[in-house]
Amino acid sequence: MTAPAIEAVDLTRRYQLDGVAVEALRGVSLRIDQGEFTAIVGPSGSGKSTLMHLLGCLDRPSSGVLRINGVDIARLSDAALAELRNRTIGFVFQSFHLLARTTALDNVALPLVYRGLGRAERRARARAALESVGLGHRMDHRPSQMSGGEQQRVAIARALVGEPKVLLADEPTGNLDTANGAEVMAILDRLNAGGGVAVVLVTHEAEVAAHARRQVHVRDGLIERIHLRDGLAEDGAS
Amino acid sequence: MEAVNATEALVMAMEALRVNRLRSVLTMLGVIIGVLAVVILVAIGTGAKDEIERQISGLGTNIILVVPGRISLGAAPTQSKLGLADVAYVRRVVGDPSKVTVSLQSGETVRVGRTEVFVTVIGTDQNLVNIFERPVGKGRPLSETDVDTRRRVAVLGSEVADRLFGDLDPIGRQVTVAGARFRVVGVYATVGQTFGLSRDQEIHIPVTTAQRLLGIERINGLAVGASGPDEIDPLSDRVTAALRDRYPGEQFSAVTQTALLGTIGSVLGMLTGVLAAIAGISLLVGGVGVSNIMLVSVRERTREIGLRKALGARQRDILAQFLIEAVLLTTIGGLVGILLGVGGALAIEAFTEVPASITWWSIALAFGVSAAVGVFFGVAPARRAGRLDPVIALRAE
Repeated sequence: MTAPAIEAVDLTRRYQLDGVAVEALRGVSLRIDQGEFTAIVGPSGSGKSTLMHLLGCLDRPSSGVLRINGVDIARLSDAALAELRNRTIGFVFQSFHLLARTTALDNVALPLVYRGLGRAERRARARAALESVGLGHRMDHRPSQMSGGEQQRVAIARALVGEPKVLLADEPTGNLDTANGAEVMAILDRLNAGGGVAVVLVTHEAEVAAHARRQVHVRDGLIERIHLRDGLAEDGAS
Repeated sequence: MEAVNATEALVMAMEALRVNRLRSVLTMLGVIIGVLAVVILVAIGTGAKDEIERQISGLGTNIILVVPGRISLGAAPTQSKLGLADVAYVRRVVGDPSKVTVSLQSGETVRVGRTEVFVTVIGTDQNLVNIFERPVGKGRPLSETDVDTRRRVAVLGSEVADRLFGDLDPIGRQVTVAGARFRVVGVYATVGQTFGLSRDQEIHIPVTTAQRLLGIERINGLAVGASGPDEIDPLSDRVTAALRDRYPGEQFSAVTQTALLGTIGSVLGMLTGVLAAIAGISLLVGGVGVSNIMLVSVRERTREIGLRKALGARQRDILAQFLIEAVLLTTIGGLVGILLGVGGALAIEAFTEVPASITWWSIALAFGVSAAVGVFFGVAPARRAGRLDPVIALRAE
């Protein structure tokens, strides 16, 4: 049996906001297997974004254990964590987060810069990634010259170019119209089915969440319930 | 994981500066002006020093000026008690009479027809031309007989000759000096200025004639020519000691070129240093500007920093990115400043009276300091960028 892509045990995350302690996560345990498609669903303020930041190693838990690809991140330095993000995680954000005055190709190649790859190889891989999301004809366009749907597809290509184990998508359709949103979801479906990439989708839209095999409902910093697409329900405390 | 390679980082930084072109140029302007000021001010300071040293050496070589009193910078000149008898005495002390000459100076009006000029009239003798290496362009210098017989003859500086006679040949013509008529026997070759006084605006007459004309017995001072640099110090000691023997209780000073060069050189060196320091302050202010703009840039690009971190940039990748931008700003500014400074110094040298001489150390220093300013003032903003929390950075705006 292979190690889970992500394994979280009893994660908590507390913030100090203006001197007031806020408990965003109050003990979450979750396992994301290789190649799985999971949606994290919950109203705003439920802690789902905090959870995603933790799963993506952008943040560290206040307590609990988080293992990415079998590695406990508590022991990792900042540099090792950065490398883990670079090699294991691909991010897709609601607001795309593309570099404005940079071409689609260079945007997609950016993660590979931090892997120390040469320019030629970066470009070749970025080109392949852009082609895989159907943007082979937009290589030299800047974000401002593309539609929102196209920009999000560039962002997906950027998330994929490093061949991550897990793709974390935070409200990927939040800024898109229905048609573009559907197209983006279709790409995520296809990637998950064909490439074996685990997809973790954070959303508050039931329709979007329905793409996932498993829906993890988060409320008030806790997992409320886990819902499987085939109708079975898992115990919330798995 | 490999580090981001240096060329890559440089290209990225160039791109960031290019994107914010106007801001980059304005930021560089502070550094440009600072470096420009360093290069130009040091060039002027050095030029002034070179010029004065050139003028001092232009006075002739191995000359000892003997004057009454104690000479120090800023002290008032002492009333002279020396007379021609003392000159004869010094000649005996020195041994070679042709190595001693004399000077009695006075500002007087000189007239030819209706043309009047105000000049320095110097009473001297036949030895001046050899000791001070003062070549005569036309006619002859003063002779021993001129001095002995108190002839009313004059040798003109080239500028005086020009102004009084224009294109006419002055030799054999009359000039009126302080009311008395003199015959021009010679014109000196052009020699230029010393300390802002043009030596081409002098008229030399026999010292004996000058004493009678001005109605005085004394002289201002005398000059002794040493036969070589090694002889300067012992000879000046011998002459001043002999004069002190003759006038117990009086002080006499020997001024040599080496001493003059030393004193003036150190004063001007200090002046150049002060100029460079003032210019350095403007460079520092330019550095503060760079720091300020980099902080703004970090704030503006918070989301970009967050994104880069999410994609795998380490703290030190981000730190390096912003540090390189800062250093690039100051070094490009430094190079432009050096180019403009060198150009400015060359223009000043070519088109104004102010001497300017470019020194390589000032250019190297200005460039080194501007790069250092980039590092020094770039570190704080770059560290701030490197330490940004990616979660917060991604949420910015």
